[in-house]
Amino acid sequence: MAKKYNTYDHMRDAFVDAMTDLAAANKNLVMLDADLSGCVNSGCFQAKYPDRFFNVGISEADMVGIAAGLSATGLIPVAHTFACFASRRAFDQFFLSANYAKQNVKLVGTDPGITSQMNGGTHMPFEDFGLMKMVPGLVVFEPSDSVSCYKLSQQAAIHKGSTYMRLQRKGTTVRYTDDTKIELGRGIVIKDGIDVTLIATGLVMVDAAVKAVELLEAEGISAAVIDMHTVKPLDEALVLEYAKKTGKIVTIENAQRCNGLGSAISDYLSEVHPTLVKRMGIDDEFGEVGTLAYLQKRYSLMPEDIVKTVLALK
Amino acid sequence: MLNEAEVKALQKKAIDIRKLTIGAIANLGAGHIGGAMSIVELLTILYHKWMQVDPTDPKKVDRDKLVVSKGHSGPAVYATLADKGFFPLEWLDTLNQGGTNLPSHCDMNKTPGVDFTTGSLGQGSSAAVGIALGNRYQGIERFTYLVLGDGESQEGQVWEAAMSAAQFKLGKLIAFTDYNKQQLDDYCDNIMGMDPLDEKWASFGWHVQKIDGHDFNALDAAIEAAQAETKKPSMIVLDTVKSKGYCFGEGIKGNHSMGINTEQASEAIAKLESEV
Ligand SMILES: Cc1ncc(C[n+]2csc(CCOP(=O)(O)OP(=O)(O)O)c2C)c(N)n1
Repeated sequence: MAKKYNTYDHMRDAFVDAMTDLAAANKNLVMLDADLSGCVNSGCFQAKYPDRFFNVGISEADMVGIAAGLSATGLIPVAHTFACFASRRAFDQFFLSANYAKQNVKLVGTDPGITSQMNGGTHMPFEDFGLMKMVPGLVVFEPSDSVSCYKLSQQAAIHKGSTYMRLQRKGTTVRYTDDTKIELGRGIVIKDGIDVTLIATGLVMVDAAVKAVELLEAEGISAAVIDMHTVKPLDEALVLEYAKKTGKIVTIENAQRCNGLGSAISDYLSEVHPTLVKRMGIDDEFGEVGTLAYLQKRYSLMPEDIVKTVLALK
Repeated sequence: MLNEAEVKALQKKAIDIRKLTIGAIANLGAGHIGGAMSIVELLTILYHKWMQVDPTDPKKVDRDKLVVSKGHSGPAVYATLADKGFFPLEWLDTLNQGGTNLPSHCDMNKTPGVDFTTGSLGQGSSAAVGIALGNRYQGIERFTYLVLGDGESQEGQVWEAAMSAAQFKLGKLIAFTDYNKQQLDDYCDNIMGMDPLDEKWASFGWHVQKIDGHDFNALDAAIEAAQAETKKPSMIVLDTVKSKGYCFGEGIKGNHSMGINTEQASEAIAKLESEV
């Protein structure tokens, strides 16, 4: 049965379909939500598998703890809430009951960074990458289109150990095809280049990087673009290859510059192959309310900002 | 006891606040209408009868404070504060727009008259306990009011705060639960039933009343009784209707956050006016 993963309107639909499809073969897969099921449309999963869906109400810490308990009975719990609550509100439960206790909890946080738009500063997690990266052994990733969302969320579900997926709920783009090789822990080279490498993560930032490449071409600069969907574990081999090949790297993330993707890359390169890494992202600030277009400008994450950053590189 | 003229005046005020709330959300195109509309009578009587506040001096130390822990009800709070003169009515048209002072969730650093920053459900409950405790220690003889959602009360933090308030005998803390029976995904009973909510609070050591949250006489009497109770914190469970007064949202499941266009807003406002 041929599926067209890039025909979804929203990444959330690819995610819920991926879980529903996997659940057919894997009876152990269960889903949890904390009163935000309507926001991710997991009602489709619930309709098909009512006895494998648990909405615990507005109690995120409880949800993650319950997920850890479900895992202890051999099940594979996939738990969703907004990224702000998945990270900040349930961090201790996720850290201890899920990870330290070596359970198998698949946590999904939607509306990362500026994509929480109209919900404003209280709901705008710039720190979830940083927090999650600090959990030993945890796999942390963010897909950038529906194909990568479908494939990566299924791979995460069957991975042995807990994972954190940061997911932009609404919108998607046509980037990859069903045949694109997409693997957790392996960056995807979207375009090759020789002067500089742009390494981005997530839908909005990878889109911005792709657009920046066109603008840079007009300036006579050949930039490579990598979709580094998995922030941890980092695809070190690919990073090293492009550090050697282009000599300069610009990282772009919809998160705090501190301890996110850019940090991971500079941490690694500074020890093995010191390379100029310019980290674009949020600079020690809180979020605020507004449309995505407003916020992307407000936090200097537009393609034009990437171009400026590249042109300013020595 | 309110006299007839007072009730009429409050009812009229509530309609004004509802109109401003619907207008601000419609101007934006969508928003959290449901939980905003269900607390309008409460906000009206608090700001027009019970709360000692000064719109010209919103940070006055000696004032009553309101923590709207269900911070997504910001639009109704903003309408109430603008109408009361804390800031110009025109600000309401900037709701949720880039650079606004009126963000989707209540923000004490942005909006004059907002007493605490909320948005992550449950957190306002502990903050209100802290404010009441801090006031008592500093000899500030003022009331702290707290508004919780029924769905919000599923958060464990609400019950941790409930224990703290009772343990510290915070007689000047008066909380309300907007018991509109609905949360985001569905009716509370279909997600995580909260009944018997009043008995839960009573068993946590609170003075509890349960009233019709849209009835000004009942609200007035309950607040008076809560103030008279000086040894225990008070919970007033408000029996309310989610989206009350916004006719396209009342009585339906998806009324937590809705798209509202200008035609719907005009029709809903006309309906409100016709009921005066
Ligand atoms: C900790 C937390 N979890 C989830 C949310 C998302 N959310 C906002 S409002 C809401 C439903 C609130 O229901 P209720 O407390 O009953 O409020 P009301 O019906 O009065 O609007 C949810 C789940 C949030 N703001 N904070």
